[in-house]
Amino acid sequence: MHFRKALITGAVAALFCMPLAAQAKTLTIGLGSEPSSIDPHYHNLTPNNSLAAHIFSRLIEQDEKQNLTPGLATSWKPIDDLTWEFKLRKGVKFTDGSDFNADDVMATVKRAPNVPNSPSSFALYLKGKTFEKIDDYTIHIKTETPYPLMAVDVSTIHIISDKAVDATTEDFNSGKATAGTGPYKFIEWVPGDRLVLERNESYYGTKPEWDKVVYKPIKSGPSRVAALLAGDVDFIDNVPTIDIKRLEKDPKLSLSQGISNRIIYLHMDQFRENSPFITAKDGSKIKNPLLDVRVRKALSKAINRDLEVERVMEGVAISAGQLLPAGFFGVSPNLKPDAYDPEGAKKLLAEAGYPNGFKMKIHGPNDRYINDAKILEAVAQMFSRIGIETSVETMTKSVFFKRASKGGPDNTPEFSLVLVGWGSGTGEASSPLKSLLATYDKSKGMGASNRGRHSSAKMDAVLAEALATVDDTKRAALLAKATDIGIGEEMGIIPLHYQVNTWAAKKGLKYNARTDERTYAMGVVSN
Amino acid sequence: MSVFIIRRLLQSVIVVAVMSLIVFVGVNIVGDPVDMLINPEADQAEIARVIHDLGLDLPIHEQYLYFIKNAFKGDLGKSFIFGEPALKLIVQRIPATFELAFSALLMAVFIGVPLGVIAGMRPKAISSRAIMTGSILGFSLPTFWVGLMMIMIFAVILGWLPSTGRGDTVSVLGIEVSFLTVDGLRHMLMPAFNLALLKISLVIRLARAGTREAMHQDYVKFARAKGLSETRVIMVHVLKNIMIPVVTVLGLEFGSLIAFSVVTESVFAWPGMGKLLIDALHNLDRPIIVAYLMIIVLVFVIINLLVDILYSVLDPRVRLKDAGQ
Repeated sequence: MHFRKALITGAVAALFCMPLAAQAKTLTIGLGSEPSSIDPHYHNLTPNNSLAAHIFSRLIEQDEKQNLTPGLATSWKPIDDLTWEFKLRKGVKFTDGSDFNADDVMATVKRAPNVPNSPSSFALYLKGKTFEKIDDYTIHIKTETPYPLMAVDVSTIHIISDKAVDATTEDFNSGKATAGTGPYKFIEWVPGDRLVLERNESYYGTKPEWDKVVYKPIKSGPSRVAALLAGDVDFIDNVPTIDIKRLEKDPKLSLSQGISNRIIYLHMDQFRENSPFITAKDGSKIKNPLLDVRVRKALSKAINRDLEVERVMEGVAISAGQLLPAGFFGVSPNLKPDAYDPEGAKKLLAEAGYPNGFKMKIHGPNDRYINDAKILEAVAQMFSRIGIETSVETMTKSVFFKRASKGGPDNTPEFSLVLVGWGSGTGEASSPLKSLLATYDKSKGMGASNRGRHSSAKMDAVLAEALATVDDTKRAALLAKATDIGIGEEMGIIPLHYQVNTWAAKKGLKYNARTDERTYAMGVVSN
Repeated sequence: MSVFIIRRLLQSVIVVAVMSLIVFVGVNIVGDPVDMLINPEADQAEIARVIHDLGLDLPIHEQYLYFIKNAFKGDLGKSFIFGEPALKLIVQRIPATFELAFSALLMAVFIGVPLGVIAGMRPKAISSRAIMTGSILGFSLPTFWVGLMMIMIFAVILGWLPSTGRGDTVSVLGIEVSFLTVDGLRHMLMPAFNLALLKISLVIRLARAGTREAMHQDYVKFARAKGLSETRVIMVHVLKNIMIPVVTVLGLEFGSLIAFSVVTESVFAWPGMGKLLIDALHNLDRPIIVAYLMIIVLVFVIINLLVDILYSVLDPRVRLKDAGQ
């Protein structure tokens, strides 16, 4: 009833071009994954970063397409090859009443990389950078080599008050140190039960619609949907694909969908002469066929991506031909998803010396990505059609990732071909290129997630050049070129599809879907 | 009796020590928690730092000794994910789980025993057959499915009860409980019944079997011959005698109610220990898994001890003596 009343009030108000009635409006959100802390520097992972963005601001914000927009910094630019200048916003107040200035930035960069017990730290984005306060509203950041990703790195760090520089994670969880400059302020957190925020009336930006936001962690997908249907929550994230068709027809709900920065792809063993899960059809040992680029291309052609998207993903995904969907920074205009071509694939296999195919076991997680196990089964059947006898083994993610990353001898990847996904945290192409395709090199920090150990000196060189090019246009072209080489020429990984995420809300609400898969209360608006 | 209790306590200590070894080693050879915790963008140096900070670079026997040393100080390790002591996190969630388990236990007794006695007194009546068929369903339907169906019917379609969560709580002696508020009770009804379903079926079967047996005993015939009312015969003579197996089984089952509330808590997003455990298992938060299992071991050990003592109270023939030993 309440809801209907609000709807009518809203409609009447809109009719007279007036702001919405000023009664307290609460938004209750059913959340698939709960943050592990309120401390914005404790755990660098999506649920935590999503929450932190409500309570804290960053120097540079990322909008729903991960474009960089001014936050607590009003402008930023490189003043020479090694120095970036950030001008800070004046007149911003923390929720504890203190003013924001350069000291808070200095305190933040002191604390953020050094939080004790952090399971994944922000040191990643701050190392190699020297921060310098020029005056109260100017900051200089120096690096030792030209560093084009400065703005992206800075956009990951949430600014805390300099009073909280020595605060512990517990101080943030209890609310003692939780003063921010974000659109909401922290009220309480009962882990596993609820997390309550209230609108920050002194927020410098556009004030969000909701006076109060209550998060309820409901991990189980069907229960989350049921809570929405029962009206116990107004909005949920991570709608299970199997329910989407049914929910679309429900007149009491509205769905919001958006493509994500996450690609689902296949890694192929390219570093062993004998791959442990590949044999000839009679079971005898053969040289690892995946070392041959023709075999890798044949595998890609064997996959009917459109069919996979339509049947396995229920239409909720987009066929992929490279690392990020069109529209992102540094994607290649030349790469399209490989067309389904089993005859061409067989021809390539024959050329490579495998006219009768071979036998292969492929691996993947069964609880990490949307429909992961089903995708792998579909892919295996398509491989079998071009004569590669393929069997599938899936396992829980906690077991899978260890084996896929370092289950083999000398901590090498164990499997021959795996299904994995990658979300580009930076929202541009250097992130997947660096982690998935660059040659594995501990000392340079390259190829950390390169589970197939693909390695190409040609691509490495282009990528290295891109990572040292500050000019945006030139860098975008270089990243596109690196992608052209890594995927177009060498098929270092096989892209399958880009994930599409779905949020569901009560009728009358809609969500501005985000490519970074985050769930922001600020993005939920009534229409 | 005191000798008996001391011996049982010693046995319990050994059980706990052996369990700690099995649990710790078992949990620590599965998977790699760093893969679950870390941001995928992290480079090799950051991965190495986290492995070192969590102490995962030490050989497993050193990790175990470190764990035991701290366990004696009452510290079962810090959660990898929350960075807070595992014991504290679990203890915070105990009231919610115990509340649910106790409600389920009460339901099992107050629904199961009367239905079982009715079914036992007139085994051929239609009502009795209906009860027994119902108990078969209670046994065989999977808990998560029944839970989801209950949510669909009572929350989504009828809208009588809230679908998930714990609702309003009040603080009693510093412990948050929800059974004292109307909203809390409404939230508790479905999960408690869901959890109790299996136990209700179990109690029905025990009570029915006990009743059928007791009805033919001499003391019941004698009581009837004395002209006692049927109510008194059942309430005093039958009920008292069938309660021994019921208490034994429920004592053991209470442990499992707590340990296996996992499924119910996940379906109803009930913020108890089970949900904490499931999340910890998914993310390989080893300290929480180990601490949880240790607590469950302790709960079982204590319950078994209490059941032994309760026996002697309920049945004077069972004596906790050490005669001849």
